[in-house]
Amino acid sequence: MPMAAADIADMIRAAIPDAQVEITDLAGDGDHYAARVVSESFRGLSRVAQQRAVYAALGGRMGGVLHALQLTTAVPN
Amino acid sequence: MTDAVQQRIAEIVGGHDVVLFMKGTPLFPQCGFSSRAIAILEHLGVGYDTVDVLQDQAIRQGIKAYSDWPTIPQLYVKGEFVGGSDIMMEMYEAGELQQLMTDQGVAPAN
Repeated sequence: MPMAAADIADMIRAAIPDAQVEITDLAGDGDHYAARVVSESFRGLSRVAQQRAVYAALGGRMGGVLHALQLTTAVPN
Repeated sequence: MTDAVQQRIAEIVGGHDVVLFMKGTPLFPQCGFSSRAIAILEHLGVGYDTVDVLQDQAIRQGIKAYSDWPTIPQLYVKGEFVGGSDIMMEMYEAGELQQLMTDQGVAPAN
């Protein structure tokens, strides 16, 4: 069962409250998404650490129910 | 997860300057993310080896625990986990991946 874009965004915001989250449904099939997550909490973290924080927010769904999520992370300008 | 699998992964990672754990092979990648990772390595022109996780379930699961990273592909340079295909693309576009290869003394492709 694929995840809805809103559910992905909600889970990320629940774990990273200040996160600005943009989700794009790449294929229009509810199964291939791109997410851009911007948070002050990423400042000073490596890219790997930033993405791990988002994966942690998704509670193990990444690589499972969520198999195709293109992810970019950034700190606010 | 057995220690034997983690030991095998450590030997693979330690035994290659640049190794990509991927789905499929460079000629026939079985996933868009793996395909993109190969395209980046080809653009960089560095020598690299690949491991097809679809051929080995133990490696497929074990590599995720090894790096604490839930997805494949995964790139390792000189024994260090660099990231997945999104991070590879960001680093490539920023010129950081080329810099990393140069800094680590990775040989160009033959």
